[in-house]
Amino acid sequence: MSPPSPPAILSVERLSKSFEDLKAVDGVSFEVAPGEIVGLLGPNGAGKTTTISMILGVLEPTAGRIEIGGVDLRQDRSAALARTNFAAVYAPLPGNLTVEQNLRFFGMIYAVDNLGERIERLLAAYDLARFRGTKAGVLSSGEQTRLSLAKAMLNRPRLLLLDEPTASIDPSAARDIRAGIAKFVDSGHCGVLWTSHNMFEVEAVCDRVLFLSHGRIVLEGDPKTLPHEHGAETLDDLFVTVAHETLREQSAS
Amino acid sequence: MNGSRVSAVVLRLFFLYRGSPQRVFPIFVWVIVDILLWGFLTRYLNSVSRAGFSFVPALLGAALLWDFLTRVMQGVTMPVFEDVWTRNFLNIFATPMRVSEYLAGVIAAAIGTSLASLVVMLVFAKAAFGLSFQTYGIALAPFLMVLFLTGVALGVAAAATVLRLGPASEWLIWPIPMLISPFAGVFYPVSTLPGWVQAIAFLLPPSHVFEGVRAIVAGRAAPWDRLALGCGLALAYLAAACLYFLWVYRYVIRTGLVARYSAETVS
Repeated sequence: MSPPSPPAILSVERLSKSFEDLKAVDGVSFEVAPGEIVGLLGPNGAGKTTTISMILGVLEPTAGRIEIGGVDLRQDRSAALARTNFAAVYAPLPGNLTVEQNLRFFGMIYAVDNLGERIERLLAAYDLARFRGTKAGVLSSGEQTRLSLAKAMLNRPRLLLLDEPTASIDPSAARDIRAGIAKFVDSGHCGVLWTSHNMFEVEAVCDRVLFLSHGRIVLEGDPKTLPHEHGAETLDDLFVTVAHETLREQSAS
Repeated sequence: MNGSRVSAVVLRLFFLYRGSPQRVFPIFVWVIVDILLWGFLTRYLNSVSRAGFSFVPALLGAALLWDFLTRVMQGVTMPVFEDVWTRNFLNIFATPMRVSEYLAGVIAAAIGTSLASLVVMLVFAKAAFGLSFQTYGIALAPFLMVLFLTGVALGVAAAATVLRLGPASEWLIWPIPMLISPFAGVFYPVSTLPGWVQAIAFLLPPSHVFEGVRAIVAGRAAPWDRLALGCGLALAYLAAACLYFLWVYRYVIRTGLVARYSAETVS
């Protein structure tokens, strides 16, 4: 008898969000298991960021249910978000605080134990120690991304939401960051929901991908085998095919 | 209520003030400018009016007490504006921070900045124009309490308005104390006002403070019943302001405005 699979870290059930007549997310259901990196893919406007915003509690779903680490987000938002953290290109940290001040501020919000020690570890892990006294606003975009990732790791989240986390960093730094996150996830403590338009990156890090189109999941599977299952050479080709179908459907409607 | 989260809001403001003279300066400079303006005016009025009446505690004192309310209101709105200016609402509201903790943090920060203003006010007004707040006796405590609560209520309501309407609504916020002052009888008895304005004044907690100031300066006893009424009204407005903030918060979460804050969508 196989051992029972561990409970999902993130459970999303029939999630929907409408803005007046527009259905941005339409009945999406999926799970993220411990130790799993799930890629959320889709063309612009597919509903990826709307889905992430709802999981982060900054956008109320029209319908559906979100559970993080067994806690219903609607029932106990604070407890659910204490298990979560995120990094996104559109959410830079306050530029008028230094690197260390930012980490201390958010570390206190997440009530991190031994915060000083945790900050030192993250400064070292993300190569930010020399910038500890530098205001975040004067860091390069790559350094700001590393700071956002360090902040996202402050509370050792059970669920990590990464919205294009390596969008503005060079390939070498991106590789290091992917390796760091993969190592963190390998501990089995954490699950990751990762959006990216870099299909090479998605194939390299994700255990499973969900293709979103018009707010619905239209494809799901292993990024290494999914392209061949659907007659595409690469994940990039499959993405383009899905995006073109989306455009055709939009034109037809 | 998690103390660490409340402290984080205060500590963030401390970080900003510590490294930024341009933030510290306004806490003191407007207080000093007001003391100079109203101090010289009262000195002039004392010289041309009948002997025996001092305008210093009546006018200069009232101006400074009103300044205190203004500093409290700004003390509450400033931490919120810091989040507006740095587009930080998304980062803040995607954390376990509760609305009550955020508000407790900004109010705690306001206590610090408004007390700093008050100390400067007391020292400078005494040194330059001989105004002593001891003139008001024990009534000074309820005076400050009513003004503090009113300032906090105004600050929370103003912060909610900025959260609802977007960054450009900031200009609506700064003149609020100025707009209220004619109805609050800061510099003249409420009886001077037309009947319908007196009804408005009655509902404004500061009007009971300034009636009390004038009563004491005229040698009468402090109107404790009116101060109690003022305190009760201020507490009611504070509760209403917190509910308004909560309502706005739920609105911006329901509509997604917090995630697209700079778009200033009001629909």
